[in-house]
Amino acid sequence: MTDTDAVVAGRPEGTPSRRGTPGRQVPAALLLPAVLGLMFLVLPLAGLLIRAPWATLPQRLATPGVLTALRLSLQCATLATLLCLALGVPLAWLLARVDFPGRRLVRALVTVPLVLPPVVGGVALLLVFGRRGLLGGWLDSTFGITLPFTTTGVVLAEAFVAMPFLIIAVEGALRGADRRYEEAAATLGAGRWTTFTHVTLPLVGPGIAAGAVLCWARALGEFGATITFAGNYPGTTQTMPLAVYLALETDLDAAIVLSLILLTVSVAILAGLRDRWISST
Amino acid sequence: MTAVPEPVTAARKPFNGPMLDAHLVVDRGTFRLEVALRIAAGEVVALLGPNGAGKTTALRALAGLQPLTDGHLALAGGDLDRPERRVWTPPEDRPIGVVFQDYLLFPHLTAVDNVAFGLRRRGLDRRAARARAETWLARVGLADHGRRKPRQLSGGQAQRVALARALAVDPTLLLLDEPLAALDARTRLDTRAELHRHLTAHPGATLLVTHDPLDALVLADRLVIVEDGRVVQEGDAATVTARPRTDYVARLVGLNLYRGRADGHAVHLADTFTLACADRLDGDAFVVFPPTAVALHPQRPDGSARNTWPATITGIQRHGDNLRVQLAGPITAAADVTPAAAAHLQLTPGQQVWAAVKATETQAYPA
Repeated sequence: MTDTDAVVAGRPEGTPSRRGTPGRQVPAALLLPAVLGLMFLVLPLAGLLIRAPWATLPQRLATPGVLTALRLSLQCATLATLLCLALGVPLAWLLARVDFPGRRLVRALVTVPLVLPPVVGGVALLLVFGRRGLLGGWLDSTFGITLPFTTTGVVLAEAFVAMPFLIIAVEGALRGADRRYEEAAATLGAGRWTTFTHVTLPLVGPGIAAGAVLCWARALGEFGATITFAGNYPGTTQTMPLAVYLALETDLDAAIVLSLILLTVSVAILAGLRDRWISST
Repeated sequence: MTAVPEPVTAARKPFNGPMLDAHLVVDRGTFRLEVALRIAAGEVVALLGPNGAGKTTALRALAGLQPLTDGHLALAGGDLDRPERRVWTPPEDRPIGVVFQDYLLFPHLTAVDNVAFGLRRRGLDRRAARARAETWLARVGLADHGRRKPRQLSGGQAQRVALARALAVDPTLLLLDEPLAALDARTRLDTRAELHRHLTAHPGATLLVTHDPLDALVLADRLVIVEDGRVVQEGDAATVTARPRTDYVARLVGLNLYRGRADGHAVHLADTFTLACADRLDGDAFVVFPPTAVALHPQRPDGSARNTWPATITGIQRHGDNLRVQLAGPITAAADVTPAAAAHLQLTPGQQVWAAVKATETQAYPA
């Protein structure tokens, strides 16, 4: 590190750098770790691409079950994101805008799924929503609703794990938003609900979009809580990550293909959304 | 000229007495605001003061964005805020319009929708609100800018949209927070004249918060000057400018101000200096004279009934066509001299001179 520093710092002054603004050096102390970080993230991806069985790819793609798992993954991640939006945005608003006793505690609780191993989350969900769980038994006997080992269960497991990402992003956006716009709305006769829907939501729209994208991405890759709470039934609860896990046991090439499909689709969707939501604002 | 839109609210009951009657007390630990304000219908009052004097706190208290600690706030005879009786009206229920310092136009709404926002909240349907908003935009001369977003408007245009948005709901009390501060000098001149026209036409009470004496003098019927959370002087422009009562006001209007005890034609200042005045007065008094009344001499001038004192030059700045010379000595003062006189006297900071002011150029009035 220090050697590199010395070399770069020792460059004669006034030598124009080949790229970027003249005279504005990127410090090696920042550039080096940045490049290392990028490599750390990209190399495993390259490994997947290099080891992919390109010759047999078309046949493998046509295997029944692959598309089913993909469709189920996308559906469940999207539904989980919608559920997170419906519950998480109001919760984020509460945390950002209302000074209630125990707010710090609530904020800490919200982040619990982040530190909880997803498998443990799945077990916890079973204990509550399982047939003999705290709420599950009542749901079953009163409404005839069974959640574990169903597609709804997948959505619940994914939402449980992904919701903190949305809440943290939206709360940050709300805290960063200029509250004086809300005050201006109040002086124009808008109550808190109208101010929220007509002023706050449009203002933090990009933040909510970013949070939703994070949330969706996390839900799409969810594995531990899903397999524990919803099981691994092809067609109803077997999402792509589960299919990858299953394939790993028997056929490494199949697992790589499944991973690549998941990667391609999710990167394409995220890039598309990014252009549409983030750049246009 | 576009017709004045009909008021949104039902016809108000005739009300005699000040439209706004407020005694604002806001205690925030290290800072305490205590300001009494009374504004008649149609009157424009300027709340003038240095930064940190509590002007914006007073405005926020009136708008309901900052609850009162004590005191009261009544509009057209009805209490909006009176902590001792637990009366409190949230901002959205107050008949008050606010023009904020940087306007705070909603960035995601067009100019027309910004103006229509308050009308919609007061129960007008979308079409009626838009129609009225367009009428208001026309009144402020922006009829063809309705579809623009705030970021596509210039500073002066945004200010006018903000004014239209605040006036469109026909507020009983209109509050303006430094409405011209964000504008460049040229736009400010036009916008000030325009604003004056609209404020004159506004039938409700108007409170203008500003630190710019020119805005206050041009736009307001009456000035209320606050320093450190308290009213230090109030009155019409002529009184305030002729008879300042604090150093801040004296600096604003460009006068040398001294406080002392008058004894006939002499006013004894605290530091054993005595000023001879033309006015006859007894008791605590203020004395003012303009910097143009101060003459500078290289030696002690001899002559008639005038005030003379030895002074040291502490600074020289341009001031219009003249030079303003800051003087230290038995009394601190500012003197305006012509560049020719300055050259003749070879004035430099640190130099010793004699200052002279004729008694007839001073004004004394009771403190």
